[in-house]
Amino acid sequence: MREVVIQGIGQTPVEEHWERSLRDLAAEAGLAAMRDAGVERIDAVFVGNMLSGQIARQENLGALTADWIGQRGAEGYKVEAACASGAAAFRAAFLAVASGALDAVLAIGVEKMTETSGPETTAALVSAADADYEGVQGISFVGLNALIMRRYLHEFGWKHTDFGEFSINAHANGARNPHARLRQPITERDYVRARMICEPINLLDASPIGDGAAAALLLPVEKAPSGPRPRVVVAGSAAASDSVAVHDRKDPLFLSAAHLGAKRAYAQAGVGPEQIDFFELHDAFSILAALSLEACGFAERGQGPRLALEGAIRLDGRLPVCTQGGLKARGHPVGATGMYQIVEAAQQLRGEAGGNQLAKARTALTQNIGGSGASIYTHILQRKKI
Amino acid sequence: MDIARHWRLRRQRYALEGEQCRHCGEYIFPPRDICPHCGEEAGPVRRMSGKGEVYSFTVVHEPPTGYEAQAPYAVALVRLAEGPLITAQLTDIDAAEIKIGMPVEMVTRRLRTDGEDGLIQYGYKFRPQLTTP
Repeated sequence: MREVVIQGIGQTPVEEHWERSLRDLAAEAGLAAMRDAGVERIDAVFVGNMLSGQIARQENLGALTADWIGQRGAEGYKVEAACASGAAAFRAAFLAVASGALDAVLAIGVEKMTETSGPETTAALVSAADADYEGVQGISFVGLNALIMRRYLHEFGWKHTDFGEFSINAHANGARNPHARLRQPITERDYVRARMICEPINLLDASPIGDGAAAALLLPVEKAPSGPRPRVVVAGSAAASDSVAVHDRKDPLFLSAAHLGAKRAYAQAGVGPEQIDFFELHDAFSILAALSLEACGFAERGQGPRLALEGAIRLDGRLPVCTQGGLKARGHPVGATGMYQIVEAAQQLRGEAGGNQLAKARTALTQNIGGSGASIYTHILQRKKI
Repeated sequence: MDIARHWRLRRQRYALEGEQCRHCGEYIFPPRDICPHCGEEAGPVRRMSGKGEVYSFTVVHEPPTGYEAQAPYAVALVRLAEGPLITAQLTDIDAAEIKIGMPVEMVTRRLRTDGEDGLIQYGYKFRPQLTTP
C-alpha cells in the first residue's frame, strides 16, 4: 500500500442553499479541493451521497459530478452508506490511491436535504433503517436513537441533563466556524428547556439537517509536491458493519462496528486512544457521542457522558471533540458529513482551524456512522513534516 | 404501496413467523438464511408466542410520510419471550403508562393506509398483556 496524502480540501457552508443544486454544491467543494491542491486533472471522483435518488430524483452522480467539474473522462462513482456515505467515499478514494491503481482522486460528500417537505425528508432518512421491520412501524430516525437513549439511561443510571455538555460544547465550537449551520452558543438552561421531539431526545440533542458539500483531493506521497504547509497523511482507514436493524444487535447499547473499525485503524496507524489529539465523532444525537467515546476506547461502557461532564471534550480538554461544531452545530447534510469531518480534521492538522485551533493537533480520529450504528467508517489522519 | 412486498411478508406480519436455529437453538425473527448467532444455516420455521416485555420505547410526534394520521404514537423495542428483540408500535395504552419491563402481547392492527387506492397494510403491534403467561 502506498502512503496517501490529503493534498487539497474544500467545503461549502452548511445552509439551506435554495439557489444551489446538488451538482452545484458538489462542484463547488470539489473544485475548491482541486485548487487548494494545485491539481488540474483527476483520475477519478468518488461522490458520497445518501438521498439523491429519493430527494433530487438523480442518480449516476459519479459521471454527473465529473462532468460538472470539467473532468469528463475521469472515472466516477456514487458511494452510499447512509449517513456514512461521505467517509465511505473517502475510504474508496483512499483505497484507489493506496493500491497504486490511481493517482489523483477526488472524494466529495454532498447532500441536499431542504428540497422536500419535513415528512418526506423524514421518510427518506428512515430508509437507512430496516424498511421491512423498522420503517414499516412508523419509526423515525430520531425515534430509533430515542429507543437507544432511553434504554441507556435506564441501564446506566444517567439523567437526560447529563448529556447537555455534548451539545453545549458543539455549539460553542460551531459559533466560531464560518461554515457552520448553527452559530449561536447555547447554555445548560437552553438545553433543559428545549422542545421534546422524541422522548428522551429533545431538539438540542439532535443535529440539524442542511445542504452542503465537502471534498478532499488525494495523491500518493511520492507525487505530492511539498510546500510550506504541513502534510496531512491518512495513517489509518477502516470500516466495519453491524446489523441494520437496532433490534437485531447483540447489544443495542454498544457500537460494535465503531469498536472494530477503531481497533483496525489504531493498528494500521500504530497508535492507541491515548495518542489521539482530537476526535471528530458522529454526534447526530448526543447519545451517539457517548456511545462512540465508549466504543473507541476513551471511556468505559456506560461512562461516555462522564468525559463531557468533566470538560475533557472541550478545546482545552484532554480529548477535544467536534472541534468545528460537529454534526450538532456545523449541521448534518447526511452524505456530506463524513467529508466535513475529514476536511475539518485536516484544517486542524494544518493549523488552519481559525478560532478553534488546538494547541496540539498532530493525530486526529474521525468517525462517520451510517444508520444507527450499521455502517461505520473510521480514519486516523496525521500531520507530517516534509 | 408495495403489494408484492407486503404479501411476501404476511407470515411475519400476521403470525410472527421466525425460526429456531437447529445448530445453536437460538430463536430468530424474522427468518433468514444464516443464523446471526452461530453462522450456520438457520431454520426450521417457528412461530413466536407473541408474548414479551418492553425493552425500550419512545413516542413519535414527527412521523414519516404515511403515518401522519396516527401521530403521536408509541414505538417500542419488545423483547419476545423466545429471545429476539422486535421493533413495534404499542397500542391500547396511554404513553404515560408505558414502562420498561412491562409485559406486552402481539395483536394485529392497521399499520398504514397507502397509495391512490387507499390499500391497507395490517401487521403486528403490541398491547399490555391481558392474559397471564
